Amino acid sequence: MSRQASGLRAWFIQRVTAVYLSGYLLYFFFRLIAQGSFSANQWHNWFATPVMSLATGLFFWALLLHAWVGIRDVILDYVHPVGMRIVLLSVVVLILAGCGIWVLRLLLLHGAG
Amino acid sequence: MPIDGRRPVHLNLMKIRLPVAGWLSIIHRGTGILLFIATPFLIYLLQLSLSGPDNFQRANALLHAPVAIILVVLLLWSITHHLLAGVRYLLLDMDVGVDHPMFVYSARIVMIVSPLVALLLVMVVL
Repeated sequence: MSRQASGLRAWFIQRVTAVYLSGYLLYFFFRLIAQGSFSANQWHNWFATPVMSLATGLFFWALLLHAWVGIRDVILDYVHPVGMRIVLLSVVVLILAGCGIWVLRLLLLHGAG
Repeated sequence: MPIDGRRPVHLNLMKIRLPVAGWLSIIHRGTGILLFIATPFLIYLLQLSLSGPDNFQRANALLHAPVAIILVVLLLWSITHHLLAGVRYLLLDMDVGVDHPMFVYSARIVMIVSPLVALLLVMVVL
């Protein structure tokens, strides 16, 4: 069905992306809690710094891959007719790919400090 | 086997009793699905918050809308639960905490700590 996301490879992608996602979230939550509240400017400047912008882009890339493996597992577990599987997996791909391009555009547009 | 060849199914949620690690597993899956559904909305919020001070305020207002508050709480709890249960799984993958009693203790720790961290985040966000 999906050569790119089956078996050991999928398991590995899911774990590796999980490590990056949790690392980023740890930093993000710490910063959120430490700062307490953000002004519009502070918030914008934080995301506009090159490192944060890059890290955030990577975060969503990792999220896409991680979500794909996870949701695909769910669909394969509960949806058995092959036709239905193809439809649902395609919808998921469209949603995830769309989100990825959306975020990329977003980060590039608002990346200037 | 029943005459039509299909296997019997038991989905009486009122009668199903799972050990805590079992609950963790299904909640991990459920929160994962929830987070997937929430992702486009979160990206929209991020976009709004980065599009100038007026839109930042709009994003802030959206988070504080009466309908949104319960969703924000649910979302943050989903994140912390999925994250902490996931960390537990990563550790299990490395053969850490596989034996009793750690296997059950770690599950209980996740169940207790994740709503607490979520509460902390709710107080910061809202």
